[in-house]
Amino acid sequence: MEVDIVCVGFGPAAGGFLTTLNSFLTSTPEPSKLQVLCYERADDIGFGVSGVVTKARSIRQSFPDATVADIPMAAAVGEEKLVYLLDPHGASRRSVSVKALDEVVKLVASDSLKGVELPYVPDFLHKENGWILSIGQFNQWVGQQVMMGGAVQIWPASPVLGPLIEDGRVVGVRLADVDVRARLTVVADGPVGPVGRALDEHFGMPEGHVRDEWAVGMKAVVELPEGVDLEPGTVFHTIGYPEPEIFGFFYVHPDRLASVGIFVPSWFDNPVRSTYRYLQHFMQHPYLWRYLKGGVLRSWGAKSILESGKRGEPFLSGDGWARIGESSGSTNVLTGSGVDEAWETGTQLAQAVMELLLDGAAFSAENLERTYIRRRRVSWLESEAQVAQHSRAGFQSGFVSGLLGMAMAGFSDGKVNWPLHPHEKAVSERVRGAEEYFHGVIPPGEIAQIREECRAAGRSMHDALMERAGWPTIPFDGQLLMSQQDALLLGGKVTAGAGLVDHVVFVEPKVCEVCRAQVCIEICSGEAIHASSSGSGTPEFDREKCVHCGACLWNCTAPGGGNVAFRAGSGGLHSAEN
Amino acid sequence: MSFQIVVCGGIAPDPLQTLEPVAGPALKNEMMLPAVLDPWGSHALYEAAHLAKQFPGSRVVLVSMSPRSKLQQVLMTVAQKVAFELVAVDGPSNGFTDSAAVAEVLAAAIEEIAGLDKSKLIVSGGWESATRGSGTTMQMVGERLGITEQFQGVDELRVVDGGGFEIVERLEGGKRQVSRCSGAPMVLGWATGNLPEPANQPQVGMANMRVIMPALQKARPAGAVAVPEYRSVTLPGVQRDTRIVRDLSPAEIAKEIVEWINS
Repeated sequence: MEVDIVCVGFGPAAGGFLTTLNSFLTSTPEPSKLQVLCYERADDIGFGVSGVVTKARSIRQSFPDATVADIPMAAAVGEEKLVYLLDPHGASRRSVSVKALDEVVKLVASDSLKGVELPYVPDFLHKENGWILSIGQFNQWVGQQVMMGGAVQIWPASPVLGPLIEDGRVVGVRLADVDVRARLTVVADGPVGPVGRALDEHFGMPEGHVRDEWAVGMKAVVELPEGVDLEPGTVFHTIGYPEPEIFGFFYVHPDRLASVGIFVPSWFDNPVRSTYRYLQHFMQHPYLWRYLKGGVLRSWGAKSILESGKRGEPFLSGDGWARIGESSGSTNVLTGSGVDEAWETGTQLAQAVMELLLDGAAFSAENLERTYIRRRRVSWLESEAQVAQHSRAGFQSGFVSGLLGMAMAGFSDGKVNWPLHPHEKAVSERVRGAEEYFHGVIPPGEIAQIREECRAAGRSMHDALMERAGWPTIPFDGQLLMSQQDALLLGGKVTAGAGLVDHVVFVEPKVCEVCRAQVCIEICSGEAIHASSSGSGTPEFDREKCVHCGACLWNCTAPGGGNVAFRAGSGGLHSAEN
Repeated sequence: MSFQIVVCGGIAPDPLQTLEPVAGPALKNEMMLPAVLDPWGSHALYEAAHLAKQFPGSRVVLVSMSPRSKLQQVLMTVAQKVAFELVAVDGPSNGFTDSAAVAEVLAAAIEEIAGLDKSKLIVSGGWESATRGSGTTMQMVGERLGITEQFQGVDELRVVDGGGFEIVERLEGGKRQVSRCSGAPMVLGWATGNLPEPANQPQVGMANMRVIMPALQKARPAGAVAVPEYRSVTLPGVQRDTRIVRDLSPAEIAKEIVEWINS
């Protein structure tokens, strides 16, 4: 099959690209003969996951007449607070410096709420005049606007297996049953997308660029109980709990809905880092529980976030191809902002494409460099990414060091960074076994026994180890607090098409057999990866439970990582309220 | 011999969604819920495409009354499966409307199909639907079009050597009724049919879009569609008790379910 432009993945970056291109194609007669297709892996264009608070600068430029009232679940940012949460259970692992910080906070924190609202939100974090969005609803709204124009087609339920590369030129993509050849291939398949990763493998990364900082973002959309009078647009950013390394958020949408979630980063050393379990403790923190108690889970989901930012920027274009969005390293790790940045990369590429179309020029490496890359390098996106580039390196050595590094980078516009000589470590370099993490808390013999029991039962270890370390049992209420499997069904509505092969494969089973940590099991957002029922030691994968977050890809602790193959697959979340 | 097969199918919330009726009546956040082509209508569409393949020169037209923007989104998946033309009517598809009013709109839309040859017409659709269990809409569409050969609860359509069809209809008590019909015009209200959901074929999608996009842009509003007065609307109670169990045989699972039902 031959088309002019094929785009892989439909998220905010592709939204920006297609919206801008569509306006051009529908208003300019000649190039409107172009065939522009976009293939999205998920079963619907509205199944993306993210609770978003964004300045929406670029998005609003694309829709100058739009207001939040036009977009379902959107709200204008109102009150914005940065909250330090204390640990009400004393179960989290807190360094000496965090404990010292806790003591200071206790002097001013409310006894009942176990948290304190910091006196101000630094400008670099602030989302003043911004928007709160549900990315599922936003994608759906954007997709409808784009397709109504008639010049662009967005096809869901269409996983792309990989790029077609001939003589160093990308000539299209391969779907399950057909090759789609195109003059330009736009890669917007996110940080764990198979096309972007295949390009990295083929073309390598620019010198000094590496993708070693990640996070799992997991969130619930909650219908707040009657009587909760939080204004739509209210934003809480939280630090300190459930672990110092885990940041959280609480955004209020219209109609008494809230997005509540956490980020579990790659530099958090707990090998049993269950995002789901931590999310449940987060929601029950007294500061938040006063709003959430009695609430009902409406939706739930998870995704991997590439937090290397500019440091993880790959080659952005070449002969016949260009990359946009999160996988192009656009996420700003200092401001905690990625959606508007991704959107901006899409609009920049669309403007470049329009320029080349009007000139009748080819989508060659030189022309894309001259048009797309040049635009990107002189934009606010680049200058802000430069500021943020080393802002989070301090977290490699601890929470307080990380906050210090962010503050220094943020207040100096990136001129001063901490530490001076950062050394970022991937998960495979830093995460060790549970014995090391729970040293002094749980005796090694007991951990070994728990491991044996859990593996024999096909269970992950996090519940047993966390409860042994002092975390309280989750009081399931069947409405908001529920088993992870119920969250899959009631929240994410997770499913998988019949008759497909597994998209998660353990490459060398022998490597898994001797892996003590098996972080892939613990981090799995859908409990789709579980201990072997045959006792072989190699984890097993249930495709029907996979939410396609891709956490297994970067959480492999085998030497050098990479013993998990995460391929193109269909299915996953079926909730559009995410 | 060729046929003009018109398939009636609206959209319905994705079957995995949690539905919540609200006053109106309507479904809470209905426009935000992911949607699919009504599963019963989908079966009818796949069967229609299968039949059209056996009779070269046949055409398949999907007539759908649904909110236009949601229908467009749904069709981006459905259009990859089989080839069809589209007549879109921008209107409600939530199951709270009156069957007769819906049938009126659908029949009028069918009458307006350009080049329609009623002597070759097979009107097809779901016997029931995921949003409505009345089983009456297709019958009334047929009546309004003056088609007297009607089959409801169809499980299978067989082409008979020498012409005509053999139609297997579902009856109460697990029985089947087999009828013979010499040919069009006729109405087929499909039950589940026999065909699996076809795999996505990007080429089919591309070809379909050439006619589907203009049809969507030309979608005419349904106008006021009658809605009965509902005293109350509730969903069946749901009891959930999820456990993860491995290595249990089907017999053991069945035994446990029977025990649960008996309890």
